[in-house]
Amino acid sequence: MPRSSYNREGIFPGKSMQLILFFVFAGFCLAGAVNLLLQTHPINSALSLIVVMTSLAVLYLLLGAEFLAAAQIIVYAGAVMVLFTFVVMLLNAGREERTLGSRAAARVGFPAVVALLAILATIILHTPGLDAVRLGRDLATATPAGDHSNLTLLSTVLFHELLLPFEVTSVLILIAILGAVALARPGHEEGTAAK
Amino acid sequence: MTFFHQDVPLSWYLLLSALLFSLGIIGFLIKRNLITVFMSIELMLNAVNLSFVTFAYQWHAVKGQIFVFFVMMVAAAEAAVGLAIIIAVFRARATLSVDRIDLMKL
Amino acid sequence: MTILQFFLWSLLKVVVVTLVMLMGIAYTVLLERKLVGRIQNRWGPSRVGPFGLLQPLADGAKSFFKEDLIPGAVDRPLYLLAPIISLSCALIPIAAVPFGPPGVGPDRFDFFEISNINVGLLVILGIASMGVYGIALAGWSSNNKYSLLGSLRSAAQLISYELALGLSLVGVVLRAGSLNLRTIVDQQATRGILSWNVFGGFQFIAFFIYLMAAFAETNRSPFDLPEAESELTGGYHTEYSSMKFAMFFMAEYGNMINVGCVATLLFFGGWTSVLGDRIPPPHNVLIHAFLPIFWFTIKVFGFLCLYVWVRGTLPRFRYDQLMNFGWRFLLPLAIVNVIGTSLWLAYR
Repeated sequence: MPRSSYNREGIFPGKSMQLILFFVFAGFCLAGAVNLLLQTHPINSALSLIVVMTSLAVLYLLLGAEFLAAAQIIVYAGAVMVLFTFVVMLLNAGREERTLGSRAAARVGFPAVVALLAILATIILHTPGLDAVRLGRDLATATPAGDHSNLTLLSTVLFHELLLPFEVTSVLILIAILGAVALARPGHEEGTAAK
Repeated sequence: MTFFHQDVPLSWYLLLSALLFSLGIIGFLIKRNLITVFMSIELMLNAVNLSFVTFAYQWHAVKGQIFVFFVMMVAAAEAAVGLAIIIAVFRARATLSVDRIDLMKL
Repeated sequence: MTILQFFLWSLLKVVVVTLVMLMGIAYTVLLERKLVGRIQNRWGPSRVGPFGLLQPLADGAKSFFKEDLIPGAVDRPLYLLAPIISLSCALIPIAAVPFGPPGVGPDRFDFFEISNINVGLLVILGIASMGVYGIALAGWSSNNKYSLLGSLRSAAQLISYELALGLSLVGVVLRAGSLNLRTIVDQQATRGILSWNVFGGFQFIAFFIYLMAAFAETNRSPFDLPEAESELTGGYHTEYSSMKFAMFFMAEYGNMINVGCVATLLFFGGWTSVLGDRIPPPHNVLIHAFLPIFWFTIKVFGFLCLYVWVRGTLPRFRYDQLMNFGWRFLLPLAIVNVIGTSLWLAYR
């Protein structure tokens, strides 16, 4: 059995590399998610969520989605989480406490979520046809011409077939900006008093 | 040693996605700080993104990845507006604890 | 080539590039001190070694021996994590930067780039944008009003200018049709200086925007209000001493070098010579391997000199002028550049 296999550009270290990378970064994801639940101060939860997002970016790379990995780092870990961190720092609300509500939610919620997870796991493990992941020439291609890069294919489909959703999304982001600015302004009372 | 020479089955990615989603739901139910609840929602969205990318790989359909792109954009817009709402709530009620903001009778 | 050989060669590449980067950072500090000194009509460091060339070693030794003071009321994990994040996000992007053409090494091994990523430009931008966390956490964990204010101002400045930075690069990417840095450089190699993106590609507006945004992104003059000593007693690194402060310092100069590398790759033709493909490649293998690195280093050096020249000459912006400039001038200009470039490309 050959221990290395060549792809288009040169050397590819093979299957064991993918397995190790998957385990390492899936471990980081789970550790970050569990840490998000266990921490009491929101800034620590925010940092754990950043760890989850960057590990997910590496997992997207393992699945051949290069542009999405870069977008996950730039948009999610580099902009959305900065927003969260800013709000935590500005509001400075402090550590949270265990209340009656949280204990009740834990007692009801845990069994329900475990049941949901059991159902999902059963469905996933018993579905036929979930082959192994094999990186190489057959990356996620929309057309049989497999030599185009992931980014070219993604942008071709995005700007030809899905142009309308793209434009609508940009309008959505504009509305979100306007809404956020309007909501975060100091408020009407100060405005009228200043007049 | 043969364990190391196999490929990663796609079902493992989906299991990871399901686990992250469940952890997000648990966070949504347990946590008492508004911002942490919002972060659990973002965790759920990320878990779903991972499933989308996995299935996009399986079916060789790049539209799965485009949908993830749209989910990211919508999540960013939602985060902006949601955090602005949280700031407004903090200004009105001076607390971020979910139990104390609750004005409902029960 | 077996896996083991591949890993050993890659490890060698990583070690060499990291060492060169760290030495580059140290000598950029010296370059700045000497150049600013000459602009101000004085010598700069000139006593330690010939022309002051051993000054960085003396500085490093001094930093090592300084007392490492951690204030009592800081949030210790975040306090210790912040300089680590800053320095890592300054050192990692150099892994995606190519210094020379592929195909020189044995068995098609790539000697001149640590990893050739298809979306390399986005990776560099993304990791550089993660550096905001180092600054924000430094100010937050210091438990000090002035640090927090300085760090929030600096973080707001960084995320504002990231937009203009990214948009100014869209024109170059449109012209090259790819985000792969090697492809972008190869497209500028055809006619030498005339086909560099800043001249032949008519991207001089984009280069101007990129320059301004890069000054703001690396917290350098004239945008260095968050760390001006007279304004905020040192800003986000007030409470840091000795090695941790040195890490922030190194991160700033590392970011300068990264930005300079990206500018030479995208606007000035990367490792290609001034005459481009008009002169045939030399037959001697050693010169053929060395020449691209020589050109690349000269161009990055020129860019760094430009940085230091601007620092020594211009006064700094006030904070509201800074934000105004970024949002109301650079961002619309970058959008106009994108529209102009795409119209011109569609017309051709």
